Amino acid sequence: MPLYVEKKPDVLITEDGVRTDGRLPHEIRPIRMTVGILDKADGSAFIEWGGNRILAAVFGPREVHPKHLALPDKALIRTRYNMAPFSTPERKRPGPDRRSVELSKVIREAIKPAIFVENYPGSVIDIFVEVLRSDAGTRVAGVNAASLALANAGIAMRGLVAACAVGRVENFIICDPNHDEDMWGDADMPMAMLMESEKITLLQTDGPMTDEQFKEALEMGRRCIRFLYEMQKEALKRPYLIVERSVFEQGEV
Amino acid sequence: MMFNSEMLTHKLLREYIKDLVANDQRVDGRGFDEMRPIEVLNGTFTKAEGEAWIKLGKTQVLVGVKADIGEPFPDTPDKGVLVSNTELLPVASPTFEPGPPNENAIEIARVVDRAIRSADAIGLSSLVIEEGKLVYMLFLDMYVLDHDGNLEDALTIASLIALGRTEVPKVILKEDGEIEVKEEKWKVDLRDMPINFTFAKINGKLLLDPILEEENVAEAAITLAIDKDRRVCSIQKKHGHFTMEEIINAAGIARDKWSEVAEMIKEVI
Repeated sequence: MPLYVEKKPDVLITEDGVRTDGRLPHEIRPIRMTVGILDKADGSAFIEWGGNRILAAVFGPREVHPKHLALPDKALIRTRYNMAPFSTPERKRPGPDRRSVELSKVIREAIKPAIFVENYPGSVIDIFVEVLRSDAGTRVAGVNAASLALANAGIAMRGLVAACAVGRVENFIICDPNHDEDMWGDADMPMAMLMESEKITLLQTDGPMTDEQFKEALEMGRRCIRFLYEMQKEALKRPYLIVERSVFEQGEV
Repeated sequence: MMFNSEMLTHKLLREYIKDLVANDQRVDGRGFDEMRPIEVLNGTFTKAEGEAWIKLGKTQVLVGVKADIGEPFPDTPDKGVLVSNTELLPVASPTFEPGPPNENAIEIARVVDRAIRSADAIGLSSLVIEEGKLVYMLFLDMYVLDHDGNLEDALTIASLIALGRTEVPKVILKEDGEIEVKEEKWKVDLRDMPINFTFAKINGKLLLDPILEEENVAEAAITLAIDKDRRVCSIQKKHGHFTMEEIINAAGIARDKWSEVAEMIKEVI
């Protein structure tokens, strides 16, 4: 029996383009990225994005178990996208479902082009994406977090993979759809790019768009992704920043 | 079997830990009956009705309480339902693999659950909305994020905080059988504070709150829960064996430690 009933908002977007959370079409929700929060994982990242809370961890390169899965000439990349039972309004039964199996594959295929797999023959790199709190856009948040965790683990990569979703509500192309827009919007298009060459490594679309709308959405997606990429670089550098202070300031403390 | 550097380090570390214990010392400089610092993280991390992300030293756990309503079990029509589940997430340790909970995960979930249940910490009868017909069901989902030993104590502390913070919409069962969910909230009444204390036995000595390496070296391990009247309310002896004196000694240390941890929990709820 449901304790919480969801209601569709009367207006998804006003004539002036104001969205249900007060954002304008081109505005992204607040984001915070933290790297290296886990001790036992080889690399980790935590991303808070709107109401999303996503933890990614990387193990490897390490020995493959079972052994017959090992590839002689390159690393095996495994990904698991998993939602916590308490990540949704109604408790989600633990364990994989069809959606999380698909998302695991999609995230792997978004990330893999960035990794120099041939550097680690016969080994495996495991990427785990744990959704602790979901609020629309978990897969793109997961791709950003996974990419950060790989870099944090010191895996050789061509570049970072950054991701963001765009969508359409009525005649507006919007970026980073929120929960309402994800549920009741007209189109949703998560995308990811390998930033070294801005190649698209993840693209899914759910909902119709005209040729013009589609082009506008792609362009908006690229702008958002560039913004996320800048944040990723900053998050990775933060633990290594050098603190400098002139000796002459000492007396003023 | 291949011999690798990891095994070598491990053997050296084993001997190092044992040597230290023989000299009344621990690898991280703690006393034998000293717990690691506990940190409760600020923020919202889940969609649960009550939650807690805590660090016990380097061990990190996240507990969420989700609520639902449903029919009570036929043999306990006057009690609500509490379901406990532990996930040893693969992010927490290189030795944890994805998949359904294994026997370790299930044991931990049951040890935490038993402590809470034996002291009736949440008052299961207070979860009844209409006897025999409708009760609150609480799902206690315990997530291990980073495993540096003593998951039982970390999860118990986080669970008590999460349960103490749990707020659920008030529900009324009308005479015509219709269920009304109100805006008003109903708060879980944490009436007891059964806290688990885990000891590892190394070289015949009892070490409270063992880190992962100490757990691996231990010749025996035991977890005891103490309730607010300082009674032992649940015990789980794990691998190895203890003398009677050792167990009585462990219970005494746990009793002495209770108020310190309980105060901390009360403060953050």
